[in-house]
Amino acid sequence: MNHKLKLYCDTTRLSDLRHFLGNVLEGTALTEVDQHQVILAVEEVCANLIIHSHECNPKECIDLTVKESDELMIFEIRDFGQGFNILEYQEPEISFVMKTKRKGGLGIILVKRIMDKIEFETKENVNTCRLYKILKSK
Amino acid sequence: MMLKIEKNIENDHSVLSLIGEIDASNSVELDEVILEMVQGGVCNILVDCSMLEYISSAGLGVFMSYLEEFQEKQITLVIFGLKEKVFQVFNILGLDQLIKIRDTKQDALDEIL
Repeated sequence: MNHKLKLYCDTTRLSDLRHFLGNVLEGTALTEVDQHQVILAVEEVCANLIIHSHECNPKECIDLTVKESDELMIFEIRDFGQGFNILEYQEPEISFVMKTKRKGGLGIILVKRIMDKIEFETKENVNTCRLYKILKSK
Repeated sequence: MMLKIEKNIENDHSVLSLIGEIDASNSVELDEVILEMVQGGVCNILVDCSMLEYISSAGLGVFMSYLEEFQEKQITLVIFGLKEKVFQVFNILGLDQLIKIRDTKQDALDEIL
């Protein structure tokens, strides 16, 4: 089954994203803690795009499609314009984040540690980031 | 209301209660409150997270950005009452090794005695 959400590039919309994902994940084989983490990982990618690629322009949007099967969930995040390749981003060491007092960089670490597989591609100005989560049976 | 922050001064410490959800839209509120406490000369900050339902990297980054300053100024930060799902987020990043996290308020108070 597929679920779709059009997310406008305004950080105040992130709570709508969490609500949407909460509904989609409810009833899957993921535990409450895993569901929470998957919501967080998808939000981190979207927040990154909203802030850095779209500069919080609420007229622009990101398309999220969740593809659900018995064994796997795929979160496909598509946007137009300047892409952000999460796979090429070299995440900082935690100690570096602390020393430099930077408030960014932690999100991508979370995404990479929570999700089972990440893909990124750009085709004709459309950027697609796919996050895979394997569903383990209860 | 997505995030409510309450600040109470109790004897030699301040208790910051975080109620709701912290994300990129409101983490600046947490930053402002902590900055105000530091500028006010606070020595011990206890953060009550028993009603915190969610925190993204934006909120975690706020805590991280103060850790060195807390060390320099000998300010003790103790987080308590984290729900399991929220604690696991701290755990994924290893922040439970950098920040004192305790189960109850009493456990947190024991840290500052």
